[in-house]
Amino acid sequence: MRGNFSTITKMFSASVVAAGLLMSAPARAADDTIKVGILHSLSGTMAISETTLKDAMMMLIDEQNAKGGLLGKKLEAVVVDPASNWPLFAEKARELISKDKVAAVFGCWTSVSRKSVLPVFSELDNILFYPVQYEGEESERNVFYTGAAPNQQAIPAVDYLMSKDGGSVKRWVLEGTDYVYPRTTNKILEAYLKSKGVAAEDIMTNYTPFGFSDWQTEVSAIKKFGSAGKKTAVVSTVNGDANVPFYKELGNQGIKAEDIPVMAFSVGEEELAGLDTKPLVGHLAAWNYFESVNTPENKKFISDWHKFIKNNKRTTNDPMEAHYIGFNMWVKAVEKAGTTDPDKVIDAMIGVSVPNLTGGYSTMMPNHHITKPVLIGEIQANGQFETVSKTPGLVMGDEWSDYLPDSKDLISDWRKPLSCGNFNVATGKCGGKGTN
Amino acid sequence: MTLIRAGLTLLFLLTTLSSSGAAEADLRGIIAKFATVTDFSETGAVVQELTATGDSAVERPLAALADGNLYIRTADSMVFVGKEGDEGVQLFDPLSGEAAGEASEDDITKITVNNTLRRAIRDALGTLTLGSKDPTVRIAAADTMFKTPDAANIEPLDAAIASESVASVKALLEQARGASILVSDKPDADKLAAIALIGARGDRNAVSLLTSVEANASGAVKEAATAAIASINSTLAIWDAGQNIWYGISLGSVLLLAAIGLAITFGVMGVINMAHGEMVMLGAYTTFVVQQVIRTSFPGLFDWSLVIALPLAFLVAALVGLAIERGVIRFLYGRPLETLLATWGVSLILQQAVRSIFGPTNQEVGNPSWMSGSFDIGQLAITWNRLWILVFALTVFGVLLYVMKRTPWGLQMRAVTANRRMAASMGIRTPWVDALTFALGSGIAGIAGVALSQIDNVSPNLGRGYIIDSFMVVVFGGVGNLWGTLVGAFSLGIVNKFLEPYAGAVLGKIVVLVLIILFIQKRPRGLFALKGRAVEA
Repeated sequence: MRGNFSTITKMFSASVVAAGLLMSAPARAADDTIKVGILHSLSGTMAISETTLKDAMMMLIDEQNAKGGLLGKKLEAVVVDPASNWPLFAEKARELISKDKVAAVFGCWTSVSRKSVLPVFSELDNILFYPVQYEGEESERNVFYTGAAPNQQAIPAVDYLMSKDGGSVKRWVLEGTDYVYPRTTNKILEAYLKSKGVAAEDIMTNYTPFGFSDWQTEVSAIKKFGSAGKKTAVVSTVNGDANVPFYKELGNQGIKAEDIPVMAFSVGEEELAGLDTKPLVGHLAAWNYFESVNTPENKKFISDWHKFIKNNKRTTNDPMEAHYIGFNMWVKAVEKAGTTDPDKVIDAMIGVSVPNLTGGYSTMMPNHHITKPVLIGEIQANGQFETVSKTPGLVMGDEWSDYLPDSKDLISDWRKPLSCGNFNVATGKCGGKGTN
Repeated sequence: MTLIRAGLTLLFLLTTLSSSGAAEADLRGIIAKFATVTDFSETGAVVQELTATGDSAVERPLAALADGNLYIRTADSMVFVGKEGDEGVQLFDPLSGEAAGEASEDDITKITVNNTLRRAIRDALGTLTLGSKDPTVRIAAADTMFKTPDAANIEPLDAAIASESVASVKALLEQARGASILVSDKPDADKLAAIALIGARGDRNAVSLLTSVEANASGAVKEAATAAIASINSTLAIWDAGQNIWYGISLGSVLLLAAIGLAITFGVMGVINMAHGEMVMLGAYTTFVVQQVIRTSFPGLFDWSLVIALPLAFLVAALVGLAIERGVIRFLYGRPLETLLATWGVSLILQQAVRSIFGPTNQEVGNPSWMSGSFDIGQLAITWNRLWILVFALTVFGVLLYVMKRTPWGLQMRAVTANRRMAASMGIRTPWVDALTFALGSGIAGIAGVALSQIDNVSPNLGRGYIIDSFMVVVFGGVGNLWGTLVGAFSLGIVNKFLEPYAGAVLGKIVVLVLIILFIQKRPRGLFALKGRAVEA
C-alpha cells in the first residue's frame, strides 16, 4: 500500500509539474539575456519554505535589471518546480543547465536535494548557490555555500548557552528531526560538548520523524531530564512543520525560557508567523541574520521586499539574506571575469566581498563558504527575534568539522594549484575520507 | 477640638507624604539609570539596586521590564511603562502607573532583557510579592522561592508563614522555607526536618532540589536526601505510567477525529478517498478565516471563534465533498484504483489551490483562553487543549453513531451499503444517498480540522500528515464499523505512546506499522469485520 502511494505521488507530482512548466515556460530568449536558474520547490512539503526564496530571487533579479542588468545584458529568471521530490531536483537541474543554458542556479533547501543535484552540477560544470544552513562535511567545486556551516551557527549557539549571559547551562537535550542535518550536527555538538567537559549522562539525544505532531511524550521527557538540579537547555534541530506543534506543546506544558531555554537552528521569522509567540518569549534561535537587525541595508531590503511581494506582513529570514549575498557575489564575480562562463566565474568568485544585511561584509573563502557574523536572538511577543548576543567579528565557514574524527584532518581549498575539496593535511593527499 | 484633630491629621499627612516623597525620589533616581545602560550586566545592576530598596513599589517597573514593556523616551531619557496600542505606544509612569501620553515607536527605545535578567527579576519579585493580597500571587512567590532557594529568604518566609491564613498557601510557604534551610548553614536537625517536608511534596521540583542537596551534603543529611529521592522517584514511576496512558488516549482522540470521517467515506461507502486529509485542511483554514474576521471586526468574540467555526467548517468541507462526489467519484464506483488516483489528484489540486489563495506559509490560529495552559492531577499535567479535543472527539463520535443508527437517513445509508439494488428497489434514491453520505464524511473531516488547528500547523500540507494514520486506523479497526474505528484509534494511540519512551518516536512508529501488518495478515478485515458493499467489492 505504502509503496503504491509513493509511486503514485511521483507520477502525479511529475504531471502536475509538467503542467505547471507548460504554463510558465519562458519565452524563447534572445541572445542579449543572461539566464539564471531558480530551483526551489513551489509545491509539496517544502513549498512552505522554498517559495519565499523563489520570490526573493525574482526580486533580486528585477532589481539588478533595473540597475541596467549585467555585462550590458538583461537577466532572465528561469523558474522550475522540483515539487519537494528529491530525484526530480536532479532532473530539473539537468534541464536548467542543458536545455535552458542558465549561467548559474540558485536553489535547494534540504541537504538531500542538494546531494541529489551534486553529480549533475559537476558533470555539466555549472554553479549552484545553496542558501541554507547545513551540516557541513562537504565542499564541491561547483557549489557555493552561502548558508551557515555548523561552526557558524551550532557551536557559537552552544557557547552562548554555556556562558554566564546564556545561563551557564550544564545539561543538554539535543532534539532533532530524523535526517542527515540534525544527525550530523548533533554528532558534532556531542563531540564538542564532551571536549568542554560535559559528561555523557548530561546529554540526551532524541529524534522524531518529519512532520511529527504529537510532542507530549518528548516534552515531558525534557521536563523530566531538566529536573536534575542542573541548568538544562534544549538544542533543537527540529525541522519545518514539526516546530509549531513542538512549541505549542512547550507553551501548554509551561516550560518557560527562564527555566529550560530552547535554542533552535531551523526556526526563523517565517516559522514563527504561524504561532502565538507570547508563551514562547525568551526561547532562542541562532542565525546569521534577523529581520529585526537595525541597519540601513536591512531596512531597505525589507521595504523592497514588502513592495515586491505586495504584503507588508511578509517576513524576511536568514536564507533570503544568504541568497542576497550569493546573488550579489555572483554579479560581482561575473563582472570581474567579464563572462558568465561558469568555469571562469568559479575561479573569480573566491575573494569576492559584498555587503551583508547586518552591517558588515561577507567574503567568499577558498573553501566556497562565506564569512558571516553569528547572532543569537530571543523570541519576542510580536513574532520577531531580538539579538541578545553577536560574535565580535565575522566567523569563517568551516566545511570539515574539527570535532569529528573522520574530518578533523581535512581542509578544502579550491584555488590553484591545490584545487581540492577534501585535502588531508595528515597524509598530504587530496581525497581523504569524509563522514558523508 | 475639631481644629486640633484637623491640625493633627494635616501634620500626619504631611509627614507621610514627605517621607514617601523622599523614597519615591530615590526610586525614580534608580529607575532613571535604565536610560544609560549599554548592556545586560548593567541592566542587571540597576535591577539589583531596585530590589535592594525592598520597596514593593518597584514591582510595577520590574514586572514591565521582564515583560519587555519598559521604554526610554529618546527626547528626554525618561523611563516609562509602555503598552502597545493600535497606533503607537501608550506610556505610563513607572511608579504610579498614571497615563503619560502616547509616543510613536520611533520616539522610544525598548529596554532589552534576556533570560538571565528575566530570571533575576522573577526571583526578586518573588520576595517582594510575598505579602500580596492576592493568594495566587503569593503561591507564585512561594513557588519561585522554592525553585531558587536562598538562606536570606528564611526570615521573610517566617514572617509570611506567621501571617498566612490560607492553609494551602501556608504549606507551599513552609516548603519554600524548607528549601531555603537546606542551602543555609542551619543545624542538621533542621535540615532533616526540611527534607521530610520536601520529600512529602513529591514532585519533580522536589527531586531537582534534593539532587543538588545530595551532591553537596554529607552524613545523615545526604542519606536522608538519597532516601527521599528514591521514594519520590518510585511514586513518580507510577504517575509516569498514568501519564503514558493519558498521552495515548490523547493521541487516540486525535487519530479518531482524523479517521472518523474516513470511516464513513472509506469504511461505509468503500471509496478510497485520498483527498480526505484535504477536507481536514479546509476545516482548519475555515477556522483561520473565522478568526481573522473576528480579530478585525469582533475582538470580544475570540473565545467563541471555534464554536462559530464548527458549523462553517462542516458546511465548507461538506460542500466540497459533495462537489467531488458529484463531479468525480460517482463515475468511478467499483473501480478502486481509478478512485484512488482521481482523489489523489483532487487532493493535489486542493492543496495547490489553498497555497495560491493563502500562500505557502503557516497561518496563525490562536488558542482561545479556555484551551490554553494545563492543570495538575497529582503529578500528572493535563493540557486543556488535549482534554477538550478528547471530549470533542467523543461527542462527534456519539452524534455520528446516533445519526447512523437512529435516523431515517442513517437507515438509508446502511441499507445502500448492505445491498444497493435491494435498497434501490425499495425506492431509496441511491445516488443521492451516496452523495450525502460522502458529504457527511467530508463535513466530519472538516470539523476535525477545527480541532486539529489547535495543535498542528495550519498549512496546505496539514492533511498529508493525517491521511496514512487515518487509513491505518480504519483498516485496523475494521472497515465499515464505527466502533472499530473508535477502538482502533485508542489502541493505536496507547500502543504508540507506550513504545515512544523506550523505542523513540521513529522506531515506535515503525514497530506500530509492523504490528498492524502482522495483524492484518491474521485478520484481513480488521478488529470488527462487517458485511457490506466494501466486502463484496
